[in-house]
Amino acid sequence: MKKAVNDIDRCVACGVCARQCPREAISIYKGCYAKVDFSKCVGCGLCEKACPAGSINVSEVGNVSK
Amino acid sequence: MSVNKKKHWYDYLWIWSIVYFALGFFNILFAWLGMIDFILPLIFATVGGNKWFCNHMCGRGQLFWVLGRNLKCSRRKPAPKWLSSKGFRYGFLIFFLTMFGTMVFQTYLVFSGAGTLRKAIKLFWTFRVPWQWAYNGSVFPDWVAQFGFGFYSLMLTSTLIGLIVMVLYKERTWCSFCPMGTMTQGICKIKAKKGMKENDIK
Repeated sequence: MKKAVNDIDRCVACGVCARQCPREAISIYKGCYAKVDFSKCVGCGLCEKACPAGSINVSEVGNVSK
Repeated sequence: MSVNKKKHWYDYLWIWSIVYFALGFFNILFAWLGMIDFILPLIFATVGGNKWFCNHMCGRGQLFWVLGRNLKCSRRKPAPKWLSSKGFRYGFLIFFLTMFGTMVFQTYLVFSGAGTLRKAIKLFWTFRVPWQWAYNGSVFPDWVAQFGFGFYSLMLTSTLIGLIVMVLYKERTWCSFCPMGTMTQGICKIKAKKGMKENDIK
C-alpha cells in the first residue's frame, strides 16, 4: 500500500502537509515533526507536492496496520 | 488550501504581511508591530511546546502559498537538499541572530547619543535604500525610529529571500530554513525530550 512516509530527521514541522491533507491524516507532533496516521492516509501525495523540505514522500510501506 | 476545510480568521493572515509592509512604507514606527511575529511563535513554543504559529498563523508562509500556489508564481520544484539541512538551518539562524544583534546595537548607539538616526533601510544587509519619507519625527526618541528602520530592513530582506526561493523552488521553501521556524522547532524538540524523560521517571 502506498502511504506518505515522513523523514522526521529532515522535517521542519512547518505544517504545510497537514494543511494540504484532504483526510486530516497528518498532525504536527509536539512541534517536532509531521506524523502520518496510516489508517487515514490514502497516499494521494498532496503533502509530498507541498513539502518544502522534501521530507515527506509517498512510498510503498507494505501491509502495516499502524 | 485543500477542499472541504472550514476557513478560519487566521487563514487570512497573509493580508497582514502585506499590510505590515504598506504601513512601514508610510510610517516606520509601524515596523515595531513585526515584533508580534517574533514573540508570538516563541510563546507558543515555550509555553505550549508546539509550532501552532508556523502551522496556522504565519502570515508570511500564507503569503508565499497564495502567491506561489494560487497565483502560480512558483516553479514548484524541489529545493536543493542542503537548503533544509540542519547545518544550513542553524547556520542561517546564527547569522540572522547576529544581524539582529547588530541592529539592536545600532539602536543602542542612537539611544546613547553615539550615533545618529539614519532614515534608510538596508536590503540584504548590504544595499542602503533611502526611506526618509517614512519618518518626520514623533513623540518618541530617535532610537525608537532607528529600531523601526532596522527591523523593517530585516523583515523586508527576509521576505525578499522568501519570495526568491518561492519562485525558484516550492511555495514555502522559506519555511525550511526560516530562523523563527528553526528556533521554535528547536525549543519544541528540547521540550518534547524533557517530557519523555519525565514520563520515564514516573
